[in-house]
Amino acid sequence: MNAKIKDRIATGMFYLITFLILGILIGLIGFILYRGIKVIDWEFLTEAPGSLLTGGGGVGPQLFNSFYLLILTMLITIPLGLGGGIYMAEYAKPGRLTKMLRVSIEVLSSLPSIVVGLFGLLIFVQYTGWGFSLLAGALTLTVFNLPLMVRVVEQALTAVPREQKEASLALGITHWQTILRVLLPAALPGIVTGTILAAGRVFGEAAALMFTAGMTSPMLDFTDWDPSSPTSPLNPFRPASTLAVHIWKVNAESIVADAKEVASGASALLVIAVLIFNLFARWLGHFIHARLTSGSKS
Amino acid sequence: MEQLVTNQVAEQKRPLSEDLKKPLPKILQAERRGRVLTYVSSWVLLLILFSLLIFITSKGAAPFISGEVSFAEFFSTKWNPGENSYGALSFILGSLIVSVCAAIVSAPLGIGAAIFMTEIAPKWGRKILQPATEILVGIPSVVYGFVGLTVVVPFIREQFGGLGFGLLAGVIVLSIMILPTIVSISVDTLQSIPRHLREGSYALGATRWQTISRLLLRTSLPGLMTGVVLGMARAFGEALAVQMVIGNSPNLPFNLLTPISTLTSIITLNMGNTVQGSTYNSILWSMALILLLMTLLFVVLIRWITKRREQS
Repeated sequence: MNAKIKDRIATGMFYLITFLILGILIGLIGFILYRGIKVIDWEFLTEAPGSLLTGGGGVGPQLFNSFYLLILTMLITIPLGLGGGIYMAEYAKPGRLTKMLRVSIEVLSSLPSIVVGLFGLLIFVQYTGWGFSLLAGALTLTVFNLPLMVRVVEQALTAVPREQKEASLALGITHWQTILRVLLPAALPGIVTGTILAAGRVFGEAAALMFTAGMTSPMLDFTDWDPSSPTSPLNPFRPASTLAVHIWKVNAESIVADAKEVASGASALLVIAVLIFNLFARWLGHFIHARLTSGSKS
Repeated sequence: MEQLVTNQVAEQKRPLSEDLKKPLPKILQAERRGRVLTYVSSWVLLLILFSLLIFITSKGAAPFISGEVSFAEFFSTKWNPGENSYGALSFILGSLIVSVCAAIVSAPLGIGAAIFMTEIAPKWGRKILQPATEILVGIPSVVYGFVGLTVVVPFIREQFGGLGFGLLAGVIVLSIMILPTIVSISVDTLQSIPRHLREGSYALGATRWQTISRLLLRTSLPGLMTGVVLGMARAFGEALAVQMVIGNSPNLPFNLLTPISTLTSIITLNMGNTVQGSTYNSILWSMALILLLMTLLFVVLIRWITKRREQS
């Protein structure tokens, strides 16, 4: 009997732990959204932050910067990540070099983001002479994101059934063509899902950006789309604070009058963005999978 | 007649059998180009890692080499940049203690949730907890810091007195942040235990708890340890969330309620405010080097644990 009672108690304990975690999650999301939704309106989404003393205004430039930086980062990361992932899955031969590559992917992906940020400060901000800039931020985020991308691509490629590759090679198709025409399309759902999830991580990153993309945003003229003009939002050499950095900054500078409201609204925006990224990644993965396999109707 | 002859000549020049022996030069070229492209992108990874190691190490070692700060001074607790004393020991201890405590709090919760997902309610438990942990992973660290600042810190202040900022607040925030890491790795480990081991245990009349505590936890211990160590590594390197709740005073981290500092919090706060080339600034790079070395140590530790698991 004793053992049975212990078993019951243990089962109860596991239920308790599960409900505790779910409670924390629901409380967390609920709190962020409840506090944030009140703040978010059209003005908050589009206007620049007001002056330090009066507060007011919104996070318009920060929101734009977050997306622009994400796009710049992905433009650099996706080709390199595809190349690295294809190499690891298809070309790497077991040996010292491959082992070294695996270790460096592991080390790079476990580096604290602040260390990556400091590396970016040293190389992309100081040595290149660009100063705090979007480009420096994007390159730093690439350092932070590339190992993840390589893993995503490699895993998606190795998950493709061996027979598909063998059938293609047996037809006399070269290895590279097999990779491009057979393996990559088959691995696409996994790659797309992984890429969007990685993008979500980039979107909320702050520690790596504080000292590379900077903590300020200049006055932007949203009618000026010439990338070489200093007030153009597209200029990659201007400093740019993102939403996540902005949250940290308004909290650290306790003089901002409405820090709590701005931070609540921006946090809610970030969490909503992350939830959308999550759902979208899953949906798109399923969608592509359905289109590529017998699920398609055409 | 003439045309036929030229055709024959052409065929003699390049018979079909020759064509088929070797792929077209164009295809071969694409093959080579593809190989080179992927090769280059994997070399970029190595290049990034090595330049990172070299640059951070040389920057971090500079104050010791130039003799501005001695090792003994660096590893002391006397921190007062105004009077040229740069002892970082209390920050190193702060980082260590806050991450170890977070792992201690988070490990039972994470492993418990993983057992719930694999052993107790595999169907609905998985369906709910899997997305839950994925959302927890996705929440940006500043948001954790902000919630810690607006919920956890005032709560501690009201319940236990003091400022609210400090070790306890840091541990609470970090233990939630590293929970998903521990859960997902524990789930993978528990799932890799062969089914027949469980069935053998149940067939001997063991209860579920006996099976879990005497068989599953022991068999999967190295894997579970990997998850906990990874979580600890994440907590050690976390910067902004910790900085927002830890209090940022250079105290020794031996009291749950006093404000302390960690390596990451001191770097975050001061890297932007100190003059390039000053001793204060250089010492921050030395702290970054300590962070880097600790990361390498964690990676080695995890490799060692996995290797032992493979051997046993």
